[in-house]
Amino acid sequence: MATFKFELVSPERLILSVDADQVDLPGSEGDFGVLAGHAPFLTTLKTGIVTVKAGGVASRIYVRGGFADVNAAGLSVLAEKAVPESEFGPAVAAAEIAAAESLLADAKSEGAKDRAVAALGDVKTAVTALA
Amino acid sequence: MASLKELKNRIASVKATQKITKAMQMVAAAKLRRAQEAAVAARPYARRLGAVVANLAGAMAGRDDAPRLLAGTGRDDVHLLVVCTAERGLCGGFNSSIVRLAREHAASLLAAGKTVKILTVGKKGADALKREHGDRFIDRVELRGVKSVSFDIADDLGRRIVDLFEAGEFDVCTLFYSEFKSVIQQIPTAKQLLPVKVEKSATVSEANYEFEPDEAEILETLLPRYVSVTLFSALLENAAGEMGAKMSAMDNATRNAGEMIDRLSITYNRTRQAKITTELVEIISGAEAL
Repeated sequence: MATFKFELVSPERLILSVDADQVDLPGSEGDFGVLAGHAPFLTTLKTGIVTVKAGGVASRIYVRGGFADVNAAGLSVLAEKAVPESEFGPAVAAAEIAAAESLLADAKSEGAKDRAVAALGDVKTAVTALA
Repeated sequence: MASLKELKNRIASVKATQKITKAMQMVAAAKLRRAQEAAVAARPYARRLGAVVANLAGAMAGRDDAPRLLAGTGRDDVHLLVVCTAERGLCGGFNSSIVRLAREHAASLLAAGKTVKILTVGKKGADALKREHGDRFIDRVELRGVKSVSFDIADDLGRRIVDLFEAGEFDVCTLFYSEFKSVIQQIPTAKQLLPVKVEKSATVSEANYEFEPDEAEILETLLPRYVSVTLFSALLENAAGEMGAKMSAMDNATRNAGEMIDRLSITYNRTRQAKITTELVEIISGAEAL
């Protein structure tokens, strides 16, 4: 199967760089999968789980506040926060939920509040999926 | 001429100072390596984001619905200077060169009749600008006690600046920091933060991108992050630069202390010899007199 370059970067470091067979991402307009030869595509991501299939092994990564950029060179995901499933413990989950809740508490306008509620929902869904 | 005892004390004190500067140099060298690694590790994200924003901005150019963060307020009256310096001194001309650049910039803006507001990050910059521009400060952020710059700090700061911009507090924001060229070379740099100015790269608009949601909405979320990331890399470069400057400053200090010890030791030995000679002369002439 054809592979493509997948890179996951956070502001602090390059987290993952592999040749992947398939990557499934939580796009803000709906989940989508990327295979080799995908058309150029740029989208924001909602908080959720990125599934990377490389060499027959699937691994899951929790991603918050990111966006994905698919181009001829491959797929790069730029995330504000990314935690691999193996490192995602109850402490991280609690911190993520608390962060989303404080964002909701700070939200002033109606629009911001709606977004914060949706974001909190996304975090909780992801946490349940990984638990 | 100083007495022997005084000289001895001087030598001891210079030696103690040398030990301290030597230790500081070594600490700075260790921290420099870590800071440099952090700065290098942060580069892929900044580069990617820069490329994506450039791409999007190219697609948005000339359109009416371009976000304000990109298009600006259409005015050029109120300038916000964000001056990033170190928390501590003893790092040669590092802080003062950043402050000098900011001060020149502020002076030329004031001369052109613009309003200047200042936000300082780091204690040293605030101290240096306080006397001249104290009334123009909108805030001073101190990062004392922060071991290593994390993205959250930069993000908080970036959000604050964006909020101020949205609230119409200023029209143009310029960031002052020191670019880390090498251990011995840091270049004080001024960079326009807002409205976002994208560096035109050759690879812009390579393909027909599909955007989801549309360009404007993506930019809406990307631009604040771009501001934060720019700040973040400036802070990281600063941290590395500070340590580099401190290392070379402390290296110089250690060498100077060494020279001083050598000179003092020579004086000490000469004085000691002179004293012995005098004593001998006294004894001999005393014996001859008998």
